[in-house]
Amino acid sequence: MKLTTKLLAATAMVAASSVSAVELEVTHWWTSGGEAAAVSEFAKAFDATEHTWLDGAIAGSGGTARPIIISRILGGDPMHATQLNHGRQAEELVEAGLMLDLTDVAEAGGWADVVNPSRLLDGCTLDGKIYCVPVNIHSPQWLWLSHDAFEKAGVDVPADWFAFVEAAPALRDADVIPLAMGQQAWQTSLAFGAIMVAVGGTELYIDVLTNKNAEAAASEDMTKVFQAYADARSLSDGSNVQDWNQATNLVITGMAGGQIHGDWAQGEFQVAGQVAGEDYTCLPGLGVNEIIATGGDAFYFPKQDDPEIEAAQKELAALMISPEVQVAFNLKKGSLPIRGDVDLSAANDCMKKGLEILAAGNVLPDGVNAYSADTAGQLEDLMVEFWNDTSITVEDAQARYVGIIESAD
Amino acid sequence: MAVTDTGQTKVRAKRPSRLFKNMAAKIAAIPMIFTALVVFVGCTLWTIYHSFTRSRLLPAPDKWVGLDNYERLWGENRWLISIENLAIYGLCSLVLSLTIGFVLAALLDRKIRFENTIRTIILYPFALSFVVTGLAWQWILNPELGLQNTVRNIGWESFTFDPLNNADIVIYGVLIAGIWQGSGFVMVLLLAGMRGIDEDVWKASRVEGIPAWKTYIFIVIPMMRPVFVTALVIISAGIIKVYDLVVAQTSGGPGIASEVPAKYVIEKMFQAQNLGLGFAASTMMLLSVLVVLIPWAYLEFGGKKNG
Repeated sequence: MKLTTKLLAATAMVAASSVSAVELEVTHWWTSGGEAAAVSEFAKAFDATEHTWLDGAIAGSGGTARPIIISRILGGDPMHATQLNHGRQAEELVEAGLMLDLTDVAEAGGWADVVNPSRLLDGCTLDGKIYCVPVNIHSPQWLWLSHDAFEKAGVDVPADWFAFVEAAPALRDADVIPLAMGQQAWQTSLAFGAIMVAVGGTELYIDVLTNKNAEAAASEDMTKVFQAYADARSLSDGSNVQDWNQATNLVITGMAGGQIHGDWAQGEFQVAGQVAGEDYTCLPGLGVNEIIATGGDAFYFPKQDDPEIEAAQKELAALMISPEVQVAFNLKKGSLPIRGDVDLSAANDCMKKGLEILAAGNVLPDGVNAYSADTAGQLEDLMVEFWNDTSITVEDAQARYVGIIESAD
Repeated sequence: MAVTDTGQTKVRAKRPSRLFKNMAAKIAAIPMIFTALVVFVGCTLWTIYHSFTRSRLLPAPDKWVGLDNYERLWGENRWLISIENLAIYGLCSLVLSLTIGFVLAALLDRKIRFENTIRTIILYPFALSFVVTGLAWQWILNPELGLQNTVRNIGWESFTFDPLNNADIVIYGVLIAGIWQGSGFVMVLLLAGMRGIDEDVWKASRVEGIPAWKTYIFIVIPMMRPVFVTALVIISAGIIKVYDLVVAQTSGGPGIASEVPAKYVIEKMFQAQNLGLGFAASTMMLLSVLVVLIPWAYLEFGGKKNG
């Protein structure tokens, strides 16, 4: 008799929870070791509620995954939540009414107060409504330096970009490639952005990226940026690798002096067992301007018909931005959290540098937020062509750059 | 011709309507006709229309911009380089794979021993996808791992062969892989054509004392015209759509030196989220095919009716 009651009670409980519990399919392109560990923090936290996280990882980088994600949403088979970079990539999807409005969740969670820098939330906002959850901050303007390489060359590890350029001949003499560079277009474009902040200064950067000011793009300061970029190009002679992590590996092994790359590169140093300050040095803003651009990832929630799913989507959105999940996720990912009120004492030196800059408010808009995918693609084409073809003069490249900025949107 | 003509008149006498002749075959063809009309013609027209609009991530049929996309397309260096690469790759691969294929076929045709084995070996690359071909040749042409290193180890220290990292000749590096992959297939096609030539032709030429190479060039090749046309169409289609080979082997690099039009279209449409521009580029690709195809079709089919 007792057993029957227990069984009945158990069945009743199962039945009760199965009413509200739903399975949410979440797509993302975090497939490398550290990334997968980070995303599993989300999954763990979400599975701890009555709902289930159905992982839909898409192999390949964002360039491969984004078209798949977008075509699924357009094709009427939307996933329940998906990673995208906030900013312009999903703009048209939001305009077409395909994304869930998260404004009520954001108001309940006070996102406007906790998200730092607030620009991240602007990237999710369209016509005053919020459509995505920013989850982390990645900044591209970092210079990674190998202590081994500079020791071999017999010079001190430089403190900024200009000292690095001066030390380059010594590196060459020691048979070290001064600057490692992966040959993919986005990497050369990233390096240009970093050099632009360091050499051209933040005002020029903001004027071009935010205001799309073609006159600023044609200015003499910009010519200096292109000149510095052309110099950087000659420093990378002999670096014939494709992928960014191969280029980072050249720095790790001391075959190259440095690499201009985003803060996600530090994951590679960590995996290789290197210690910041001892084996390698990281210089945000290339050591010239202690400032970082705040790109990063965000989650969007495609609209569904089922109100239960919608409730679960909103629950997931609130969960992703909650302090505990933010800390757990970002420590694994090696990125900075999007809220300023969490404790990241477990972070390594490079992350701490980033956190300080963030706390001081020295932040810039990122290319992902400023340019449409179309304009970004044009810039990438120009940068990778210039980087590989020494017959293009600085003046020609700048003239074409001005043309792109003029028609940019 | 004469036989079928009389056949048709007989049928016409029995059954007044030609529409119902071979009814089963016609019904069977309906899905294909439907597909051809709706999918190929319909979608082509849809694409051409949208190439005149400012379509970004989503098709926007109401944002008409005229020739803007085409102006931008022809002003873009990357597109011009793509076209140039396609021209070089196309011309060389057409000439070389036909020549190599024909020579190999003629050699095999001399009734050599182990013909089957050799034929299989030469045809084998065709069984590999372009992605595998591209990767394999990326390694072979890698200066530190492949050909250059091997030759240097043998003793020729100054030997340099590094096409994939040299913007001026990178397209020839791609070409080598393309020909390696494709010429075996051309050979098999042409060999089949040669086997179809009557033994008596060879006997006659032997009686006349004509050397074998002359027989091939002046008698066999003209007789194999239909086979050549088939091979030509298949090779050309492969050239226009070359994409995976480049992606696997060089991903368009160094810089943008080995870009091809198909890659441009895919990337503009799906990565740069500019459908209008991608459609304009694909319309130009279609146009370039038509420019070649229409005069050829006119000569091939129009000529026969008159003659």
